[in-house]
Amino acid sequence: MLSWWLPHNVSSYGGDVDYLFYLIFYITGVAWVLVQAAMLVFLFMYRHREGRRATYTHGNTTLEIMWTIVPALILVMLGFLSKSTWDAIRHTHPPSTTVVQITAKQFNWEVLYPGPDGKFETADDKMIENDLHVPVNEVVRVRLTSKDVIHSFFVPQFRLKQDAVPGRVIEVWFKATEPGVYELPCAELCGFGHSGMLGHVTVQTAEDYKAWVKDQWPS
Amino acid sequence: MTSPAPAKAHDAHAEHHELGFIRTYVFSTDHKMIGRQFLFMALFMMIIGGSLALMMRWELAWPEGSAGPNPNAGTQLMLKLFGDPASGDLPIPFTKWIPQPYMFDGHMPPEFYNAAFTMHATIMIFFVVMPILVGCFGNFLIPLMIGARDMAFPVLNMLSFWVGAVSGVIMLSSFLVPGGAAAGGWTAYAPLSAVSTYTGVTWGQHLWCISIIVLGISSLMGSINYITTIINMRAPGMTYFRMPLVVWSLFITAILLLLALPVLTAALAMLLLDRMAGTSFFLPAGGGEPLLWQHLFWFFGHPEVYIMILPAMGIGSEILPVFARKPIFGYRAMAFSMIGIAFLGWIVWGHHMFQSGMNPTLGTSFMISTMVIAVPSAIKTFNWLGTLWGGNIHFKVPMMFALGFVAMFVIGGLSGIFMASTPVDIFIHDTYFIVGHIHYVLFGGSIFALFGAIYYWFPKMFGRMTNPFLGHVHFWGTLIGFNGTFFPMHIIGVGGHMRRIYNPMQYEFLHPLQHWNVFMTLSALFLGLSQIRRTVTSARCCRPSTADRTSTARRRSKRTIYRRIASWRAARRPRTEDPRRDG
Repeated sequence: MLSWWLPHNVSSYGGDVDYLFYLIFYITGVAWVLVQAAMLVFLFMYRHREGRRATYTHGNTTLEIMWTIVPALILVMLGFLSKSTWDAIRHTHPPSTTVVQITAKQFNWEVLYPGPDGKFETADDKMIENDLHVPVNEVVRVRLTSKDVIHSFFVPQFRLKQDAVPGRVIEVWFKATEPGVYELPCAELCGFGHSGMLGHVTVQTAEDYKAWVKDQWPS
Repeated sequence: MTSPAPAKAHDAHAEHHELGFIRTYVFSTDHKMIGRQFLFMALFMMIIGGSLALMMRWELAWPEGSAGPNPNAGTQLMLKLFGDPASGDLPIPFTKWIPQPYMFDGHMPPEFYNAAFTMHATIMIFFVVMPILVGCFGNFLIPLMIGARDMAFPVLNMLSFWVGAVSGVIMLSSFLVPGGAAAGGWTAYAPLSAVSTYTGVTWGQHLWCISIIVLGISSLMGSINYITTIINMRAPGMTYFRMPLVVWSLFITAILLLLALPVLTAALAMLLLDRMAGTSFFLPAGGGEPLLWQHLFWFFGHPEVYIMILPAMGIGSEILPVFARKPIFGYRAMAFSMIGIAFLGWIVWGHHMFQSGMNPTLGTSFMISTMVIAVPSAIKTFNWLGTLWGGNIHFKVPMMFALGFVAMFVIGGLSGIFMASTPVDIFIHDTYFIVGHIHYVLFGGSIFALFGAIYYWFPKMFGRMTNPFLGHVHFWGTLIGFNGTFFPMHIIGVGGHMRRIYNPMQYEFLHPLQHWNVFMTLSALFLGLSQIRRTVTSARCCRPSTADRTSTARRRSKRTIYRRIASWRAARRPRTEDPRRDG
């Protein structure tokens, strides 16, 4: 029921995002049906007929207070529900051993792996363009930055999007729950090559990931 | 006033006398003529903005060589009609004459595609919706509705139009300079817009900045004029809370314009300095801050959204009671909800920047304020429904558009709640969901109201009635074409379809959504065809109506002979009737 529209979710927090999406979808859907139905009923019931006069009224204070307070309560409730999910995604940074640095540039993603020592700016750093390999079911931290203009790191299946801004390092995290290859498009207009700026995220099982690491750093 | 008064009365009023063609039609200080000038300029720009949109839609549905393998029935039909079935290529029709840097063999190269969506948005926002809602109807309606003879500053009013026209010429000329028009999006995010090499556009972006700065001057002149007129020149007895709601909406809009535009002008000046003088306000290499541009832009940009929807709300509140034959439901709530929007509109700009790298805590506070600003819009919608309740509803063309406005604005308002929620926005930000939302608010909202207003005040403006049958054809064509074009944008947006990409076939995960792109393009073509009727109307009203001609010319005109016959007949009948209704 919760996955008939959005792309297949493979992220640990994607379920919470989808839950909010569908919650808002059903609330707004009901509001939409009620408003349009009321409008159509009124248009039919009160269509012009000879000899009938319109009801003379300037309003109804009780009714107006009602329809101010009810939407306000629903909206503020949605705000607070959203806040907890937002905090979990953006405020908490779960501990992780897998860290990569992604530098966006016109029109590629430079993925920098720290290598076996787990530290950046050492001899075993390795840069691979447009190819991010991560282990499944592990928290991965991505340090995002950009060389030129603003790009946006977007993996639809991870429910993750974050702008990469030149002059800043922004850290985001995800935990992929299913192995597979996922597309990594740029979501922020970045110039004439924006359309087609595309990388891939390969989520691998623990063994496959180990094998891949061994392949890359064969010492 | 240019009423068809007898020649003798003209002699008595110096300002009506002997105004030549130039002073009457070109450099007019009459608020009604200036309003019409804004209308014509905007309708002309709408043709350009609309054509750009249709070209983009065509490119999205059938990017180079993708039409042949696409089994979609609509695609195959279009391929037979306009394409080359052998090669499977479906170029944009009637564009072969456009030279190479712009078009390539009937297809848009990505550079031109980027320029096209940048200019489509810029033209539609700054040169169509704002000039018609604020420039045209603000000028035309405010003095008439508050009982003033004209605007407070008629010459400033004239200048406001002509400065706006110069700005339009600058904007259009940017298509012709080397490198083409601005291609950094209408939001012109720095550093993309701040350094020429990033987009390959030099003078196009310079001219874009200059044009909007010039337009800002025009808008400032207009807004000062509106505010002054409404505060000082209301007829005796016309208290604030007796003003028609459309005047209220224009009053609040003018205040928002006055306060918001200088921010944009300042930001544009900084951007222009970054581009031309080597400063680095927005460039991190020189110590600048790219997010500063976004804060400044959206500090203007969010009130701007209300600048474009408040007059539409006012127009809806004007038309609905007339054709429902009862007063507006909750007049004070309507006025206060607009005042509420005007205040809250200043503290929600950050909701455009949830994924920009702005502090997430700030994101939470902007989310709450954004949720709250949805309430006044909800109040307005319920009050419109209350206005319909118990009415005696006449389904005339302006009413159809006003009802369409309410129905479509509800969708645009509700879809906004999705992006207000920060976690949901992570996913839908920068997708077609946003594009769908903005078009439901600006097209379904503002442009439906604007069409309703044109049909509603057309007789007042041009002295002739519109054809109701063609009006209904225009309405239904627009409603169906509009929903076919923009509703699926929500669906593909939720599927992850990014905005501002010119070839969706480059992404595997978008392949299953491509049939929606084809459907939207076919709907958009239908929507475009439906507008031909409106274009004919505007062409017809270019002919000055009898009300505007000088008495000498009128005496000569054939129409006057008919009118004389009609008045002679009317004089012989006991009941008088308005001869102008005969035309």
